[in-house]
Amino acid sequence: MDNILYAIGVMALGGIVLGALLGYASTRFKVEGDPLVDKIDSILPQTQCGQCGFPGCRPYAEAIAKDEADINQCPPGGDENIHKLAELLGKEYKPLSAEHGVEKPKQVALIDEKICIGCTLCIQACPVDAIVGAAKQMHTIVADLCTGCELCIPPCPVECISMITVDATLDTWKWQKPGTKRVIPIMPVAPTTQAA
Amino acid sequence: MKLFSFKGGVKPNPNKSVSTALPIAQAPLVGRYIVPLHQSVGGTPRPIVSVGDYVLKGQRIGEADGWVSAAVHAPTSGTVVEIGPHIIPHPSGLPTDCVVIEADGRDTWIERTPFDIDHASPDAIREYLRDMGIVGMGGAVFPSHVKLAVPKGKHIEQLIINGAECEPFISCDDRLMREQAEEVILGSALFGQLVHAGQVLIGVEDNKPEAIAALKAAQEKLDAPVAVITVPTIYPTGGAKELIRVLTGKEVPGSKRATDFGVQVFNVATVQSAWRAITYGEPLISRIVTISGAVGESRNWSVPIGMPIADLVALAQPKPESDGVIMGGPMMGFKVSTNAAPVIKSTNSLIVNAPGLFPPKPQELPCIRCGACATACPQELQPFELYWWSRANKFEPLEKYKLFDCIECGCCDYVCPSHIPLVNYFRFSKSEIQAAQREKQLADAARDRFEFREARAEREKREKAERLAKANAARQAAEAAAAASTPTPAKPDEGVPDLSSHPNQASTPIAVDNHPVLDASAKQAAIAAAVERARLKREQHADKAGSTAP
Repeated sequence: MDNILYAIGVMALGGIVLGALLGYASTRFKVEGDPLVDKIDSILPQTQCGQCGFPGCRPYAEAIAKDEADINQCPPGGDENIHKLAELLGKEYKPLSAEHGVEKPKQVALIDEKICIGCTLCIQACPVDAIVGAAKQMHTIVADLCTGCELCIPPCPVECISMITVDATLDTWKWQKPGTKRVIPIMPVAPTTQAA
Repeated sequence: MKLFSFKGGVKPNPNKSVSTALPIAQAPLVGRYIVPLHQSVGGTPRPIVSVGDYVLKGQRIGEADGWVSAAVHAPTSGTVVEIGPHIIPHPSGLPTDCVVIEADGRDTWIERTPFDIDHASPDAIREYLRDMGIVGMGGAVFPSHVKLAVPKGKHIEQLIINGAECEPFISCDDRLMREQAEEVILGSALFGQLVHAGQVLIGVEDNKPEAIAALKAAQEKLDAPVAVITVPTIYPTGGAKELIRVLTGKEVPGSKRATDFGVQVFNVATVQSAWRAITYGEPLISRIVTISGAVGESRNWSVPIGMPIADLVALAQPKPESDGVIMGGPMMGFKVSTNAAPVIKSTNSLIVNAPGLFPPKPQELPCIRCGACATACPQELQPFELYWWSRANKFEPLEKYKLFDCIECGCCDYVCPSHIPLVNYFRFSKSEIQAAQREKQLADAARDRFEFREARAEREKREKAERLAKANAARQAAEAAAAASTPTPAKPDEGVPDLSSHPNQASTPIAVDNHPVLDASAKQAAIAAAVERARLKREQHADKAGSTAP
């Protein structure tokens, strides 16, 4: 009888000690925020363009984490990002959904300074503060900060903003992948003779 | 002295004797020089001359941008006729900003003053070398003054001066060591003094006995504290890490700097040009270039930086069947996209290509996992692993396989029985990884800006609400105060409008109510007018464009 009580006592004590340890660990090592959202957000291109149907990259990341949005709604991220998201979330890859847009080469907005009337509407639309200007003063886009989201184009009352493709420079130029077509060549080892 | 060895390496036919028989010749003046502003690792120098300016030989035309950057100078006297994009020798064939100088034929030097090195601080010496445009002439064009700054707490035990010149066909350092042995020795001793080196070792491959003899004779004559060491001829002994290994036995991993191990390496031409800059006040405006291949006369030329390659190649009488020019050697060189491109600070050799000079690359076959590339790799990497991951576009594992330790020497290409262009795969992967890192940085910056903007919008909203609440409270207080003061005289005849107080009280709320409406309609009208103006302007532009276009 004593042995049984002793065993129960030991088990109970063990339970209390380990429970206290777990309780302490859960407060000590508490992770603020949702790490999955951060991981998804770090994959997204941060154009903040809203083409996915969410007001920015982070809301889209939150929606993906909650399984409320699909992984193929981000045109600026393109195919590569869908692959990365599929790998991160253990989901099946699917091609970019056409209703959200098409993948384009990197572009930046350019204001035609002769036409700009200084209405500040584009400044208010820019999600990354990449447009400089003041009321009734000419505006200009800081090309290095522009993400190419195109959100400044619809508000412009005089249609002076256009998107231009960014050309490679010596610093951004990339080596091409060597020809990937691989065939095992078939070579005649003896002159072929025509069968009669 | 005990020598060490590195693993791997190959022994291609050196092909050097064709260009070492004749002494270095001075290239004659030509009409135009195209001097790229960006000729070194780091920041792109800012042009400090404008179109139409007259410049003297050796005058600074581009000012170093930041610490890791080096100035550029006019190679001859003449007039600046253009500052704009021109194609330079680069695998991409892309243009970059260049200063174009129309030579006046007089070749007038700017006033040259020797640098008083004995009364200058180490920082002042480094700054001077930066402004003299001294960069690594072995091909990496890294600004030398940056490498001369030894980190605090580090001591340079061995300063290595690289005269190995292992790549086939190239002999510019060989001829330089033969003809300017004393300057090389003095430059080496100078650099040894600048970094307080324990030892200064000049490493030269044993296929250059004349250069070794000349250096040894000069060293004895000058009694300089440098040692000339003969190293075995194995490609790529001239690689900085390989030469460090051979001379000191130290192995420098890709993630560390040579200075962390008490070693630093400079090319022989770099120390010679730095010595000339300090002793004679001559900036780096010319270099020695080997011209070989399908030409009538293979030799070394002393060439002003900015001379068009076409003019230089013409001096060597190219054979009629020649097609294109390779800059560098057959192992690491690349085809120059146009001969209009100029000679730059990294142009050590030009090989005039012709069909039959190099056998055409046979068709690429599948990898047979023979491991020959791993045996040949001097960096002790596993090129076949790197190749498989590169081919599959899987870039993450490549860092684990130390892709960035690859020096692109081409030994693996040379031995591959399947003729796989391995180095091209590695270059492709490296540039993809670097592009991804760049994009990541931009995305992170964009996220920060977006979040800051959101926070600002939130703050503005809150402040507006607070202001509104405060204004409301103030108005209510005012109304309450007015109500407290006015009721007494108004009370007796409530039916009769009080003309003295009412208009005032009534007009204020009306004005407050009406103001936004008036404002909004005025704003609308202003926007409509602006839109109209802009449309007219645009139409005018379109008309103009239409009328100028045919």
